[in-house]
Amino acid sequence: MNITEKDVDYIAELARLELTPAEKKLYAGQLAGIFGWMEELNKADTSSIAPTTNVLGLENVMRADIPVTFEDREAILKNAPDREYDFIKVKKVIE
Amino acid sequence: MEKATEIARQVKEKKISAAAVLERHLKTIKEKDGKIGAFLEIFENSAMAQARAVDEKAAKGLPLGRLAGVPVAIKDNMLYKGHKTTCGSKILEGYVAPYTATAVQNLIDEDAVIIGRTNMDEFAMGSSTENSAFKPTRNPANTDCVPGGSSGGSAAAVASGMCPIALGSDTGGSIRQPAAFCGTYGLKPTYGSVSRYGLVAFASSLDQIGVFANSMEDTALAFSVISSHDPKDSTSVEYPQGDDLSGAGGLKIGLPKEYAAGSGSMDAEVTRVFGETISRLEKLGAKFTEISLPHTRYAVPTYYIVASSEASSNLGRFDGIRYGLSVKGAALSDVYKKTRGQGFGPEVKRRIMLGTYSLSSGYYDAYYLKAQKIRTLIKRDFDEAFKNVDVILTPTTPSPAFKFGEKTSDPLAMYLSDIFTIPCNLAGLAGLSFPAGVSKDGRPIGAQFLAKPFNEAVMFSLGSELARAANL
Repeated sequence: MNITEKDVDYIAELARLELTPAEKKLYAGQLAGIFGWMEELNKADTSSIAPTTNVLGLENVMRADIPVTFEDREAILKNAPDREYDFIKVKKVIE
Repeated sequence: MEKATEIARQVKEKKISAAAVLERHLKTIKEKDGKIGAFLEIFENSAMAQARAVDEKAAKGLPLGRLAGVPVAIKDNMLYKGHKTTCGSKILEGYVAPYTATAVQNLIDEDAVIIGRTNMDEFAMGSSTENSAFKPTRNPANTDCVPGGSSGGSAAAVASGMCPIALGSDTGGSIRQPAAFCGTYGLKPTYGSVSRYGLVAFASSLDQIGVFANSMEDTALAFSVISSHDPKDSTSVEYPQGDDLSGAGGLKIGLPKEYAAGSGSMDAEVTRVFGETISRLEKLGAKFTEISLPHTRYAVPTYYIVASSEASSNLGRFDGIRYGLSVKGAALSDVYKKTRGQGFGPEVKRRIMLGTYSLSSGYYDAYYLKAQKIRTLIKRDFDEAFKNVDVILTPTTPSPAFKFGEKTSDPLAMYLSDIFTIPCNLAGLAGLSFPAGVSKDGRPIGAQFLAKPFNEAVMFSLGSELARAANL
């Protein structure tokens, strides 16, 4: 399987990862190798097989829709790199 | 090596104080950890406060918990309120947990003393702890070798007597493989039996918190403490009654023929120790049957697609906005990209790329969906096998602990070292690695029991019988 540096650029953009030119080159080669190895999976016939997302077969585990106040809001806010009052500060995204 | 069960008994009987127990273990850490590097941080102050509180309870004659005064280490991906959690990553540098993980709280509720947080592969991605952003951890049995991973710090701490119990997490073998490499017991409980609330998510459908200890009894005790149904983790369940199986006599143990077939690459010493383990179990009355798990060859690539896809989604939260590292940039998207580019290490970036690609438009069906379907086939293999056997026995790893740097340049070689441990996570089974022997040059070798979901008890009973037989 061939993965070009252009492919790597595209995936890195989707993943919001800034990569150095050396990393791009390295990952292009390594990902090609790993995906090549994964092509083994095409040998398995899965035409009538349902996917497994949860091994216990749990579905739609519900709870009562009751709001609960977190006991230590300040502890969460303290972790934010940038804050103002009780808000986490984010750069402007709308022009 | 002090046993947790013994410490708890003596603390309850006021024969020793929890503070004295803690001081002894802190001394061991000071003597040994400079060389081993198991811990990222010792919680000396909070641990001493906890130990004193346990002693006060004892002095007042109040009832004490099942882990009274037992020092327990936690892997650096479990939250403990007021303490740092970094997941072995620079991207979480400075993060202080605002709440405590349920499994850790369960330990505290039974009067355990949380002694520190242990080193790990960054975000639990790795099999040697070499991917820690902070430092290497050395194998106590041979310091030229890795301790395994990703819970390498927890394994090394328990193996060198720094604490009798440590928690780890196991997504594809991250407890059982380091347990085998370091010569301890390592339990990967049934998916859903231990709450993942407060465990930093790697691959949510596979992650499970489990236990390292130096005896079967301590492993079983710690598991009974951390296992609980938690409304805060919707994938955790009330532990049901397992099958009534105890004692090796008459038990049917399955040996997967595909695992033996893949043993061309298996170390001769592992093969020898595995054969000895079979003989010991036969002497105890167990009957061995060959079983077939025909989709075994697909397990490792299936795992790397499922785990990396889930990781690429879970790790989206590390964006430089809410916590940890934040690198300045002109626009918000630059903050994201620079923070993630600089904060994540090479293996984490590789897996995010792998997962993002597998989930991307045009490739989802070919990779992620395909892998989830093969996961169904792998699970069915085990369902079929367990119709005929009570437990499955396999080597834990194809080789004993390898040397530093031996596999770092070849990600595929590193991935393949988890070949015997991965299927258990894909199928949601219970798995236990136990010390089975040592290589000629003194490196520990483990073997692994696999049991049906919620049948930890049968593995514990076999493990205890083997340990008793070895002492005779």
